[in-house]
Amino acid sequence: MSEIFSPAFVPAAKPAPVASEGAGVRAVLIGIAVAFLALFLVLPLFAVFIQAFSKGIDAFLDAFREPDAWSAIRLTLTVAAIAVPFNVVFGLAASWAIAKFEFPGKSLLITLIDLPFSVSPVVSGMIYVLLFGSQGLFGSWLIDHGIQILFALPGIVLATVFVTFPFVARELIPLMQEQGTAEEEAALTLGASGLHAFRTVTLPNIRWGLLYSVLLCNARAMGEFGAVSVVSGHIRGLTNTIPLHVEILYNEYNFVAAFAVASLLAVLALITLVLKSVLEWRFAGALAHGRAH
Amino acid sequence: MDRVSTAIRVENVSKTFDTAAVLHDLSLDVRAGELIGLLGPSGSGKTTLLRIIAGLDAPDRGRILFGGDDATGLPVQERAVGFVFQHYALFKHMSVADNIAYGLNARRRADRPARAEIKRRVGDLLDLIRLSGFGDRYPSQLSGGQRQRVALARALAVEPRVLLLDEPFGALDAQVRKDLRRWLREIHDRTGQTTIFVTHDQDEALELSDRVAVLDRGRLEQVGTPDEVQENPASATVMKFLGDSVEVEAIAEGGRVLVRGRETPVAAPASLFGPVKLYVRPWQLQLAEPDSAHLSGTVRSSYRTQGRQRIEVADPEGRVFAVEDFDGIRHPAGHPVGLRINGGHVFA
Repeated sequence: MSEIFSPAFVPAAKPAPVASEGAGVRAVLIGIAVAFLALFLVLPLFAVFIQAFSKGIDAFLDAFREPDAWSAIRLTLTVAAIAVPFNVVFGLAASWAIAKFEFPGKSLLITLIDLPFSVSPVVSGMIYVLLFGSQGLFGSWLIDHGIQILFALPGIVLATVFVTFPFVARELIPLMQEQGTAEEEAALTLGASGLHAFRTVTLPNIRWGLLYSVLLCNARAMGEFGAVSVVSGHIRGLTNTIPLHVEILYNEYNFVAAFAVASLLAVLALITLVLKSVLEWRFAGALAHGRAH
Repeated sequence: MDRVSTAIRVENVSKTFDTAAVLHDLSLDVRAGELIGLLGPSGSGKTTLLRIIAGLDAPDRGRILFGGDDATGLPVQERAVGFVFQHYALFKHMSVADNIAYGLNARRRADRPARAEIKRRVGDLLDLIRLSGFGDRYPSQLSGGQRQRVALARALAVEPRVLLLDEPFGALDAQVRKDLRRWLREIHDRTGQTTIFVTHDQDEALELSDRVAVLDRGRLEQVGTPDEVQENPASATVMKFLGDSVEVEAIAEGGRVLVRGRETPVAAPASLFGPVKLYVRPWQLQLAEPDSAHLSGTVRSSYRTQGRQRIEVADPEGRVFAVEDFDGIRHPAGHPVGLRINGGHVFA
């Protein structure tokens, strides 16, 4: 399907618009949309890079000669490297269960998966403080056993996992529901084990949707500020992720360094955007979100 | 049943989904090498029965036996059934050849044929489904009929002990459906593969099957050859489901059936007395002089189709009888006619 309806053909196939406003109205509407985009998205993005390079390329590079900057980058990559695979496993399991089986509590599970989207990230972080903080539910037990969760890597990973929880499951559930179970059943009747059927039939059918959701999940995992800020403790060189490092630099009026490091996140956002668009354009038929266009 | 062996025995199977009972204490023997059609309206439980035989669903009660061995608890992978789904369920991301080879490639290394052997088998099956040279295509590049044939080849590749087809022609247009039907019968005659197929189409079941099993609301109404179920339907449900019929008020009198006091050639159970419903096929009605007729009315419409004449007669109460007669006379609408009943069925 996607071969036939590649975007190049869409304009020709589109029927004439029903309501044909005058050219003036159209120009005004387009103008407003473009002006808003420019003002709120493009301009700030440029501002990041302009600020980052305002004192020249050396000042920009200086921001990365700082060991704290490197430790923040390392921590962010580590957190993403743990949180994203975790969410892939969870997302696959949850969407498989929801799409292919009937079980009591199914709608509750769907609602719960959405929870991180509706809860403020700060609250998400607070949850872990309430659970694992020294005054928290498991606090004394953790102290007794010498386990550090808050203000350390485990807490940051937990908070990141929480906020990125829905990304993979949300993309895969509608995709799997639409694809149904017939192909898997066919594989089983042909003698394939459940795992073999998953590897050879289910996974190839959802691969582009999975890649798409991993991309978005990763962008959020690396960029998360609120929840991580609550649980990190802002220990320089230890528990600062890139966004937290940017904040500290900014608060110290070290604008060039702040924006230089921020430009990393901006580049990550741009790469994500490009890859996401490529996926949507090339594999619209194999994505749940791509269909919305 | 003595000379032929039973390939599959369905024994007192019941199944309930949520709260709705789908199968009630259903038993059926499938003979080795036969092509049997499960015929029934939608919701009759025929697909559920097929899925239970395949092991895709589990019965609440009852047993499934394969060649005398209890297979009720056997997982679907170990049943060696070939299942063809209504909407083909081909693997979209695999070529036709890879689809057909899937079951062989899925085997454990020890049981897996050599690559060259798999290739040869795929080639043979492509010949069988008359799609040689299509091995490298993808399902999206095939027509509906071609996809269905690939699905069949994929199921046959694992040399199943029984082939199960769920509404195999349901999604195809009329001409393709007819061709595929004949082709499936040919393949069956050539391979002798025990085959069960599900359909709601009477013509399909009657044309294709060695035996037909008629299901209604989760119960087996009748099993028999197409001739048997047509000549001696076991119930009004079977009668109605196998084709057009009209209901006529009649009186049973110890084996005889009377309509408006006039005797008919229909036989009824000797124990049956009193008012009964007589079910008559259109070709069992004949136009006749009003004074020698069982029914009377006026012609509503009359048309010819494929060598037959079909006349609709409305009786004074407004009921419409379809009549198939061959007298070759064009009967104008409004013309008063009598109808003689030449056959029919009465059910206790």
